[in-house]
Amino acid sequence: MTVVVLKTLFILFVVLGAFLPLITWIERKQSALMQDRVGANRADILGITVLGLLHPAADVLKLLAKEDVVPKGASRALHLLAPALSLVPAITVLAVLPFGSTYRFGDFELSLVVADIDWGILFVFAMGALSTYGAIVAGWASNNNWSLLGSMRASSQMISYAVTMGLAAVGLFMVYGSLQLPEMAAYQDDTFRVLGFVERFGWVPALPAWLDWVRLPAWGVFLQPVGFVLFLTCILAENKRPPFDAPEGESELVAGYHLEYSGMRFGLFYTAEFLEVPVIGMLVTTLFLGGWSIPYLSQEAFIGGVAPVLGVGFATGLCLLVHVAAFFAKTLAMVWLLMALRWTLPRFRYDQVMDLCWKTILPLSLLNIAVTAVVLLWLEAP
Amino acid sequence: MSLWLFYAFGAVAVIGALGMVLNVRNAVASALCLVATMVALGGVHVLLEAYFVGALQVLVYAGAIVVLFVFVVMLLNLRRDGFPPARARLGRVTAAAVVGAALAGLVGLALTLPETAVPGATAALPEGFGGYRRVGAALFTDYLLAFEATSLLLLSAMVGAVVLAKRRGGDA
Repeated sequence: MTVVVLKTLFILFVVLGAFLPLITWIERKQSALMQDRVGANRADILGITVLGLLHPAADVLKLLAKEDVVPKGASRALHLLAPALSLVPAITVLAVLPFGSTYRFGDFELSLVVADIDWGILFVFAMGALSTYGAIVAGWASNNNWSLLGSMRASSQMISYAVTMGLAAVGLFMVYGSLQLPEMAAYQDDTFRVLGFVERFGWVPALPAWLDWVRLPAWGVFLQPVGFVLFLTCILAENKRPPFDAPEGESELVAGYHLEYSGMRFGLFYTAEFLEVPVIGMLVTTLFLGGWSIPYLSQEAFIGGVAPVLGVGFATGLCLLVHVAAFFAKTLAMVWLLMALRWTLPRFRYDQVMDLCWKTILPLSLLNIAVTAVVLLWLEAP
Repeated sequence: MSLWLFYAFGAVAVIGALGMVLNVRNAVASALCLVATMVALGGVHVLLEAYFVGALQVLVYAGAIVVLFVFVVMLLNLRRDGFPPARARLGRVTAAAVVGAALAGLVGLALTLPETAVPGATAALPEGFGGYRRVGAALFTDYLLAFEATSLLLLSAMVGAVVLAKRRGGDA
């Protein structure tokens, strides 16, 4: 019980306490860098600005001090409920994301995931589906036409991309043979021979030994490259940040579904959006980038290599620290990629968003499933 | 622990269901009550160790189907006076009474029957019960025909919807 509480506190501290404030700073600084500006550097305490790191604190103070307005004619209870509905699913997803492997200290086994459930990835999808209600309820409860249009767009966009997101990941499930996130991450703690499939053709009896060294980490991104691109696109659309921010569309819909929100309730929508960025980073890392694994250095090899010097206990502890660091380093790299995409691409028109989903991503992901199935059967056939 | 969780989920499900039926003034609030019921039912499924069904309950019903309900309700923007006047009150009351009596009878039967009357009720759960592997294997072997029939049914509904939508578009 204590261990579960500690793991929960750790992941909440890292994501809500470190990633969440940092992400607004990263957004400002990275966009400034990309647009050749200086970026946030004005908020200061006694003249000390620390590279603009005080801006997140200034944001929160400002939002908390602002008046919280519920418009006349709005459905008051639902208006107050909506920000929570969009924030809670994103936090809940953290429970099933593994930020480390399973480590054995004598009789004590430590698995670095809060809830190791059999159907972890389905839990993630279910929570993603539920987060749609935040946007829907916000737009409807505000009793404003712009808001309602925004929430219509949000709901249709999120349902459409939820379908294709699931389909884009099916190929991955077939390769890993699991829906359990820790198992999926552990599968990637390995390498595969890039040219190993040639032996299946039977043209050559066996590859020359030196080609055995041509190996890649068994990461999802190498085993399912098409699935990776499709999944990333879909999850970007679920996040509703640019280029998929048609539900907000400030040039057409003023501010979309959260137009009638002010103060910290408005802040909560932004918190949800920003929080989803590291959560997406962690999910994509777990599914496609090897999770906690270090490329070309499996857990057994690491512990086996270090144990003669430090002893098994310390070697395991060191491995744990390196794995957790690797996981969050990969997450940070994904956050960088998501930010770069957000500041590179202009907003898609709403019909383009829908066309992309149903006419491009859906057929491609179905094709990906079929091809993956055929290849897997061919490779595993006797 | 799991008994108290069951009471909590059951209470949410019942309150949500009542809220859905009684909340006639506001169709969106009514649909949101249905979401609460669906999520609570997902919790009940998990308590029964039907994990996969529980996940699908939240994913499909709460996450997709009811979102579409809400979507349609918002799109039509129904008001109280938008509905046609209620007709055939006697028929509806009779139907409600029959269904209510049948439900009461079933609940009474379930409460009075001994546990042993249900086959397999006291047997231990098989390994992997309720997991996606078990459900998938059952779905694609024992129940393959039912599965394919269901997908045909859904396909025909989809084709029908497309045909209707096309016809409407042609007239305009």
